[in-house]
Amino acid sequence: MNVVAAVSAFALPVTLATILVVGLVRRVPLYESFVEGAKEGFGTSVNLIPHLIAMMVAVSVFRSSGALGFLMGVLHPLLNRLRFPPELLPLALLRPISGSGSLALVTDLFKHFGADSFLGRAASTMQGSTDTTLYVLTVYFGSVGIRDPRYAVKVGLLSDLVSVIASIWAVTWMFGK
Amino acid sequence: MVSGEENALMNVIWFALFMAGIVVAAATGRIETVTEGVLNGAKDGVLVSFGLISVIAFWLGMMKIAEQAGLVQSLAKLLRPLARWLYPSVPSDHPAMGSLIANMSANILGLGNAATPLGLKAMRELQSLNGYRDTASTAMCTLLAMNTASLTVIPATMIGLRMEFHSRAPAEIVGSTLLATLMATAAAIVLDRFFRRRSMGKTEA
Repeated sequence: MNVVAAVSAFALPVTLATILVVGLVRRVPLYESFVEGAKEGFGTSVNLIPHLIAMMVAVSVFRSSGALGFLMGVLHPLLNRLRFPPELLPLALLRPISGSGSLALVTDLFKHFGADSFLGRAASTMQGSTDTTLYVLTVYFGSVGIRDPRYAVKVGLLSDLVSVIASIWAVTWMFGK
Repeated sequence: MVSGEENALMNVIWFALFMAGIVVAAATGRIETVTEGVLNGAKDGVLVSFGLISVIAFWLGMMKIAEQAGLVQSLAKLLRPLARWLYPSVPSDHPAMGSLIANMSANILGLGNAATPLGLKAMRELQSLNGYRDTASTAMCTLLAMNTASLTVIPATMIGLRMEFHSRAPAEIVGSTLLATLMATAAAIVLDRFFRRRSMGKTEA
């Protein structure tokens, strides 16, 4: 457990140091390259705004109206038996479908339970540990005109399921409930 | 990183979330919660996007250095034996193998912007090896399994979002994310092998 905590603490600094040292050795103009790359950050974030507004509004109406609470009430007995936190079900379902949609759900969970709660940590892990499966499938197969993806959809969605279960297990194991 | 996407399923989901909210609010006599929800949601959407500028800009800056330092090519050398095992149907000197390995390295390094064009290049080269024009080859299915599971070392967007919500330790989820992403990738490889073998058995029968 301490090993994983150490990995968390060191991963980012070690990655940054590696990039800087390799960059220096290979004579990359570090400062200029950084600034050039960072310029794209503004555009990337601004492009995110319409997607995030669309999803945050829908999620926010769904929650504040009481519809989410109603859904949780219905699902609670079943999910309890599976020992799956009901609050994480919408995220688990939306993660493979939409990157901005699931980001909106993570934001909503942070807002209501806090980033450092069990739900906040589990949501962070679920969001960070996988990619938007259906989007990736569409872009990749669409680019070369493949119409029959064979078993690729099954493999993608099943490994998403593994990622959800692994996220909840890893967060419980590292931080407790 | 985060990408924009439009698909038919999203239409349905967006509509359903919205309408369910409006119907429940009306039925429970709390119609004012709809306006409240709309205004708060829109505001949060803007605040979160703007808040993420700091981390996304920083991360893209570092990634540009990594790209220009040739880290993708360095990692590619280490990954070659693994790639030959993952893609037995691709000749190891075929250009497709180079693109497959480059795509894998870019993914591991978190270079999402570089990984996609490399992956699409690999798809085109795999298509030239594919006997059927509109049916996925087994190698394509493996490429998709690797990209949908997407092994991530640093979940930069999540660290940024946690920072915005005043997490005491925004990076503490790096370890749990790494565990989860490793398991999901391992599962993707095993599942891909399993279904590949099963589909081959079928075509022979």
